[in-house]
Amino acid sequence: MTGYFIQAFIYLCAAVVAVPLAKRFGLGSVLGYLVAGVVIGPVIGLVGDETETLQHFAEFGVVMMLFLVGLEMEPRMLWSMRKRLLGLGGLQVTLTTLAFMAIGLIFELDWRIALTAGLVLALSSTAIVLQTLGEKGLLKSEGGRASFSVLLFQDIAVIPMLALIPLLELPALAEAARALGEQAAADGHGDLLAGLPNWIYAMVVLGAIASVVLGGFYLSRPLFRFVAQSGLREVFTATALMLVIGIAALMSLVGLSPALGTFLAGVVLANSEFRHELESNIEPFKGLLLGLFFITVGAGISFDVLSTNWLLVIGITLAVMLTKAVIVYWLAKCFSVHYANRWLVSLSLAQAGEFGFVLLAFSTQNNVLPEEISALLSLVVAISMLLTPALFIFYDKLLVPRYEKAQPQRKHDLVEERGKVLIAGIGRFGQIVNRLLIANGISTVVLDHDAKQVDNLRQLEVKSYFGDATRHDLLETAGIAEAELFVIAIDDRERTVALVKHLKSHYPAVSLLVRAFDQVHYYQLKKAGADIIVKETYYSALDLGCQALVELGFHPFRAEQLKNTFVTTEQASSDAMFASWDASTESGMSPGYRELFMQQEAEIRAAMQEDRHDSHSHSERGWTPPPKGYSDDLAAESDDSEKQPG
Amino acid sequence: MLIKNRILVLFAHPSQHRSEVNLPLLKTCAAMEQVTVVDLYAEYPGFCIDIEREQQRLREHDVIVFMFPLYWYSTPAILKEWQDLVLEYGFAYGHDGNALKDKLLLCAITAGGSEKAYQCDGYNHFSIRELLRPIEQTATLCHMTYLPPFALFGARTAVEEGRVEAHAHHLGCALNALANGELDLEQACAARVLNDCIPDEAGEQT
Repeated sequence: MTGYFIQAFIYLCAAVVAVPLAKRFGLGSVLGYLVAGVVIGPVIGLVGDETETLQHFAEFGVVMMLFLVGLEMEPRMLWSMRKRLLGLGGLQVTLTTLAFMAIGLIFELDWRIALTAGLVLALSSTAIVLQTLGEKGLLKSEGGRASFSVLLFQDIAVIPMLALIPLLELPALAEAARALGEQAAADGHGDLLAGLPNWIYAMVVLGAIASVVLGGFYLSRPLFRFVAQSGLREVFTATALMLVIGIAALMSLVGLSPALGTFLAGVVLANSEFRHELESNIEPFKGLLLGLFFITVGAGISFDVLSTNWLLVIGITLAVMLTKAVIVYWLAKCFSVHYANRWLVSLSLAQAGEFGFVLLAFSTQNNVLPEEISALLSLVVAISMLLTPALFIFYDKLLVPRYEKAQPQRKHDLVEERGKVLIAGIGRFGQIVNRLLIANGISTVVLDHDAKQVDNLRQLEVKSYFGDATRHDLLETAGIAEAELFVIAIDDRERTVALVKHLKSHYPAVSLLVRAFDQVHYYQLKKAGADIIVKETYYSALDLGCQALVELGFHPFRAEQLKNTFVTTEQASSDAMFASWDASTESGMSPGYRELFMQQEAEIRAAMQEDRHDSHSHSERGWTPPPKGYSDDLAAESDDSEKQPG
Repeated sequence: MLIKNRILVLFAHPSQHRSEVNLPLLKTCAAMEQVTVVDLYAEYPGFCIDIEREQQRLREHDVIVFMFPLYWYSTPAILKEWQDLVLEYGFAYGHDGNALKDKLLLCAITAGGSEKAYQCDGYNHFSIRELLRPIEQTATLCHMTYLPPFALFGARTAVEEGRVEAHAHHLGCALNALANGELDLEQACAARVLNDCIPDEAGEQT
């Protein structure tokens, strides 16, 4: 037990020190984790043997990441990118594999080894690339989307690769292995189904996929609603984890990639009202596990192999990255990815990836790759991953500025499918706001913490999501960074004020339109920095008051004018009232405030009464006729002027 | 020494999302340093015109421009409301009502009909100048100098016929002449439309 604590402490410690430092120097978190791994692993040797076990565990971070990626991906969107997925992704995998195989053959490797090495190196690192693109906010850019489609294809391609590799068994290695006994057989995937005939196996696989899709459609919603109604946040987190882990287990049980399974589940749930809540629950786990994964990659670098073969390793790594980058660059050109985006795709996909490790381990088990080649390739994969952040820095610092000058307006397409307006709280107030906006074709994202309410609205085809809008991570996933306006209409005074403060300090660019409960709340919100505040009862009460005047015999237009005068007179003194309130917040209502209030009431009364004595009243001013007999004056004046020519 | 006249453009257009001509014209005005532009419908969407503020604006400017598309031979409603409310007895006219004395008043309008339609034998029967007589007399009663309207005819097809840019430029020239006091007022006041009195310098060059 003590041992685990110490190990965990070392890993966390390394991450806590290295990652913020790497961020500060603009290197990105991935490089920070990798360096942390190198330091605690090969450099000072604090960790060692358990790295590999940990890595298997940490690979689960990749699974979670793909689940989250799936959540961002509505089926419609996936369909619309099919061309790039199959074309760009398919050609990248095929061409890169063939290129590496050819190189291997030139160096007189066995064709099977060459092919396997090609497959291993053709894959790129979903973890590094998506994490980095996400951090830089480039996932929705053209380059980001192209990278994503290639990575997605690669993740899918891993499955047939896993099927293909055992067929490439080297006779010599197989002999040796057989001598070692039967243990290799037990290591493969899907051992539960090992003995089944092919057609049953296929049925089981299809059944598993179908159960994920159908379960996602029909079972997840009642389940989440049931859990949400309990109101316990940690149970919701547990449910989200249960879902992801369950799917991963099911998939690896039938011999499919867990990453692919959870991705599929993510896509199925992308339209669900619980999407944002799921995202914000899984996100921290994903971040931690991925970090752990990167640390293990760093820690796993074997300095022994590196020091004996360093020229060869570095040579192969550079050759691999160059080849991959060139192929992707050319493909991106064929698929008309433009400008800086083309560079982004090719540079971001130049490394080998974590699935490379998986394939390497699998090939050694299946007697396809000799140990020494596998160790060498492991190093190549790890070092190429280590170099990737450098390529992103190169892209950021050198390529982007060059293209930005030429293409100043490119950034805009990032926003296209985010709601322009976020609405927190969709009760009796927020609903009306939302309806008005939607009726005018404005896309909104609605958040509410009442699952039932969200459900009702969904039936009316209002795009609403379940979640607590005061949670920062939920706001992130709902797209606060891209929103133009934020309407706050949640049913809680304190939380409203807290949310305004938080948003003002973290997202100063977003305008805040806030519903206030009453005058004091109005002042609190104003002090917190809300841009536009409306008291929920103000205008409806004025309306009713106006109706009352009409009922009492005032002419409707006159009543309307009186109402307007009331509003303008009150507005005129509102700044002074606010200042006085602000000065007296701590000590309760100060005498100064009370005085001001009385003064305001007197002013309003005066403004209303004025016209009874004075023809220039505030409320009726514009429609005041000139004084009786004024016409004679004007006539006299006009006679005068006629005498003067000009 | 040349004292520049300050120009106030009171813009009244109730459906700006459909505007093809007036918005480009407004842009031209807004770009000029000596011009203040007030979008009346934006400032008073509820028609609650702030009389005090509007009167102060009038005091601060020397040339007042009503800019609007002609609706039923008159101004859009808010500009009429503005006149009804702001041009008070004792301010603009009547006893001690001298605040607007000697300021210039100009209507910059766009009209759907062709210039031919606005003639006694055209289907509108009256010229633009005749139709805007109420405003002319208002100006006179307020001791202002009334200028003939600066008009764009056939406004509905102006975009298709590529006339908007030239007209906007021409309007810019007119405002410039007014701001610099370069306009021959006597000649201008007698004109049918003000367009005739403004040499369209750069317009001829291009």
